[in-house]
Amino acid sequence: MTGPAMTGPAMTGRVVTGPSRALPAERVALVDLLDRVLARGVVVTGDVTLSIADVDLVTVNLRALIASVSTLAEAGGRK
Amino acid sequence: MSAVTEPSVVWAYAVTERDRPACLDGLEGVGGGPVRAVVAAGLTAIAGDVPLAGFGEAALRRNLEDLGWLEATARAHHRVIEAVAGEGPVVPMRLATIYRDDAGAAAALAEHAGDLRAAIGRTRARKEWGIKAYAARPDPPDRDAGSAPRPPGRAAAGSGAAYLARRRQQLTAQERARRDVVTSAELIHARLAGLAEQSRLHPPQSPQLAGHRMQMILNAAYLLADDRDDDLAAAVTDLAGRHPAVRIEITGPWPPYSFAALPEARQP
Repeated sequence: MTGPAMTGPAMTGRVVTGPSRALPAERVALVDLLDRVLARGVVVTGDVTLSIADVDLVTVNLRALIASVSTLAEAGGRK
Repeated sequence: MSAVTEPSVVWAYAVTERDRPACLDGLEGVGGGPVRAVVAAGLTAIAGDVPLAGFGEAALRRNLEDLGWLEATARAHHRVIEAVAGEGPVVPMRLATIYRDDAGAAAALAEHAGDLRAAIGRTRARKEWGIKAYAARPDPPDRDAGSAPRPPGRAAAGSGAAYLARRRQQLTAQERARRDVVTSAELIHARLAGLAEQSRLHPPQSPQLAGHRMQMILNAAYLLADDRDDDLAAAVTDLAGRHPAVRIEITGPWPPYSFAALPEARQP
């Protein structure tokens, strides 16, 4: 079926239309979660600034993170 | 168990106007510890102790680059925020907002009380929904269908000039498809923003992190009144029909991560 299956309140990751290759739900959710919790408007491929109140600003380089994700994706095996 | 108390710092999850949300009992926070309320200035910070050994500045910097650690931490952070959001209005804190102690957290609440209250008011009785749209065909037009030009020389049918002509034609079609997809993204956003109280456009997610090659053309968040779930679903269904070259995904509902910024957080 091509119509969007949107019934309950939890529509997370629901593919609404178009050709899709099913993505592992856990990884899709992590991407969306990091998109939000790390910083609004942050570019995931760049440097991310996290506010550490009372302490300082910590700049985190996420290149290592992205490398790990790519490694995981390959290890997890594409179908 | 050691008699010596491990030095700890205070991890903050969210701010609410409620004294002490009931959901905190038994809730497991970042690092597996309990979650409690720190009250100041008529506001409550949802917080928990985390060991300095793993969450001090240097350790934190290191740990945040460890994907396993980051994922566990992000999920724990989100789990607490969701639980609290389930009981009423909440302003989620950015990951890794850490205070030296409760007094530090209380001072931060007091200092930003007005803005925090305004943020809570903005998001009350509203939900955040994420909309991601992709160009459904990474390389239009239908390369899969075998219409891509073959290099010349193998078969007599393909002269070099004919190949180049076909190639030119294909590139033009690709450019047109790309333009159409951008227009679709604009139309989708305009329609959904019309339903929303507020909207935010986020940078596209990294294809590496997302785990596929589709080009993300829209990564947006919409703040909708609680009773507009069906309107959103209907609009997305309609948009999906109108824009067949675009794949649309909905995520949510989320606590209002994208709409919680305080005024000074908007400064570069």
